[in-house]
Amino acid sequence: MLDSFLIANAVTSGLLLGCLYAIASMGLAVSFGMLDVVNIAHPAMMVLASFLIAVICAASGLDPLLAAVLLAPPFGLLGAGLYRVYYIFFERRGQEAMQGLAFFFGLMIVIEVALILVWGGDQRWVETAYGGHSLNLGPIGLPLRMLFPALMALAAIAVLFVWLRRSFTGRAVAAVAQDREALRFMAINPIRIKTIAFGLSIALAAIAGGCLIVVQPVDAHSGHIYLGRVLAVVILAGLGSLPGTLIAALIFGVIENLTATIFGPAWSPAVAFGLLLVMLAFRPQGMFGGAHG
Amino acid sequence: MTGILARHSFGALASALMLLTSGGTLAQTPSGEPIRIGGSMSLSGGLAGSGRPSQLAQQIWVEDINARGGLLGRPVELIQYDDQSAGANVPGIYTKLIDVDKVDLVISGYGTAIIAPAMPVVMQRGMAFIALLGSGTNEMFRYPLAANISPVGPTMSEDFSKGFFTVAQGLDPVPKTVAIAGLDSDFSNRAMESAREQARLFNIEVVYDRSYPPGTVDFSPIVRSIQSAKPDLVFFASYPPDSVALLKAVQELGLEAQMLGGGMIGPQVTAIKAQLGAQLNNLVTWDVYAPEPTMDFPGTTEFLERYREVAAKQGAETLGLYAPPLAYAQVQVLEQAVTRAGSLEQAAIGAELHKGSFQTVIGELTFDELGEWAEERNLWVQYQGIEGNELEQFKLPGRQVILYPEIYKSGELRTGFPAK
Repeated sequence: MLDSFLIANAVTSGLLLGCLYAIASMGLAVSFGMLDVVNIAHPAMMVLASFLIAVICAASGLDPLLAAVLLAPPFGLLGAGLYRVYYIFFERRGQEAMQGLAFFFGLMIVIEVALILVWGGDQRWVETAYGGHSLNLGPIGLPLRMLFPALMALAAIAVLFVWLRRSFTGRAVAAVAQDREALRFMAINPIRIKTIAFGLSIALAAIAGGCLIVVQPVDAHSGHIYLGRVLAVVILAGLGSLPGTLIAALIFGVIENLTATIFGPAWSPAVAFGLLLVMLAFRPQGMFGGAHG
Repeated sequence: MTGILARHSFGALASALMLLTSGGTLAQTPSGEPIRIGGSMSLSGGLAGSGRPSQLAQQIWVEDINARGGLLGRPVELIQYDDQSAGANVPGIYTKLIDVDKVDLVISGYGTAIIAPAMPVVMQRGMAFIALLGSGTNEMFRYPLAANISPVGPTMSEDFSKGFFTVAQGLDPVPKTVAIAGLDSDFSNRAMESAREQARLFNIEVVYDRSYPPGTVDFSPIVRSIQSAKPDLVFFASYPPDSVALLKAVQELGLEAQMLGGGMIGPQVTAIKAQLGAQLNNLVTWDVYAPEPTMDFPGTTEFLERYREVAAKQGAETLGLYAPPLAYAQVQVLEQAVTRAGSLEQAAIGAELHKGSFQTVIGELTFDELGEWAEERNLWVQYQGIEGNELEQFKLPGRQVILYPEIYKSGELRTGFPAK
């Protein structure tokens, strides 16, 4: 017999899990949803960030979430450079569809192999002072290992939303998703804006990497676990909708954990991805899609 | 100095063993075309924590046998490819090994997920095949030329967890309920099946019984549901990443039980021992070898000293407690089968696997008609007295106390998880 506390805990832990999915998906929502760049190497970049954060933390004793903030700017620059390569070799030639996809698939493999060559096949992890502890609010338990990354994810997403709405460049990023040619009438170079936006998406991968290594140990192939989920979240939300991505990720996390509690964990992926199929059947543009043009 | 002495004494012991098994011929310098032994090995991915130490143990054996005069008087070479812990890569690897590299002998990589995909290729080519830590893989294939270096025995689905439930009978009060949870994979499913069967035999009620899919991120719903069922015993059947995540969720959510553990692959792996440290205390888990005085077979200590010396030089894991002794035994069995067959004729080698016994660093082994150990020898150990995360302590006796089987028992069960 399921009690209400069990359900309440499942919803709560699902929301925390959803926050992790949200930060893992947000970068892809920017690149795929707003820029039409299907960066399937995004989860691999998140894992790359986790590995680098493990190294930084081992050397400095920094908290991994703080290390992620420090790693985000260099990852942003890396992303900007990566987009330039992608633009020159694929997008400018109009070959971004299949060849661009192959490029990012290859990049994913290269990152995974490089991680193995440099650090081996073992799992990497970071011990934090709050690991193993929980915050108990009555019958609701919040593992700090999940809570702090969730708060970090929400903070990063809030900063992203504010920047996109309030800053000139942020609004230009939103505009490039809708009509890149119209930007030229305002003397804005859409390629420059896309470079900034793609850099931003990779910086978000660094933040997600910090959250990930607090939640669980990672190995070179950990990105595979998230690839299906982040694509599902972005599509479920509707391409181009960043608030929708947050909501879709939370729904995904809650459904996974509720299903695990009520019907057993074996049903979690089936129910979560089943929801995606139903959504695609009845609302192909996703829950909040439609603005993307 | 100790290492050098140990290596010499190990070499002498191994030479004596070879003399016994090869009918008394003296070691000579190997000559002629090398005998090539091929296999896949998980050098990256989730199984690499056991795959790479296994490869190191086998490389040590290659050095040893070549120093002893080779196999059938010929030098031995080992050819292994990284299967990346993915079964999908395995058929291609064995096809290449047999058809392109033209290896003379094949051995498996580590674990059921890697062994099973190799079997059809190996069977099609009629090669003798010695597997490493499979869980009743040949039950499906019924291939007569195979043997399995794993203590699970002939009826894993029944016997695997017998030790866990037998040990639990020593608890006061005697447990009445159990929660079972595990990964939806071959090894874990068999382990859980066995747990259900043993629970039935010991008249213990199963109050939670669920499997979870690979790639599960958050284990808190499972642990909370178990907590809600209030079981006396908790039996997990998991692979390394899940074992860590489950134990972390148990700690965070404060799940308590009279006894907790199960067929958890993970605590055996050195990196995970270092990660979990004192959190392992009182965990009762399945194992294949523990450095307890009751398991000091001829050659065991010498092998471990040699392994640790080489591993330290190569920067590999230096405990060598789980897969490495079995990986060394795997090639020892191959060596003895080939020597007894007197040729590289696969049917003859395969037939030898089922005749007589084999002397190895993990004791004397005898295989049944399907290549499983004639009797199960699943070890159930309890971590005791672990302090901090220092790895050296795991080399000492008294840290992984053997509770089952009785013949290797080295200590007494401590009640309750987590340890107070």
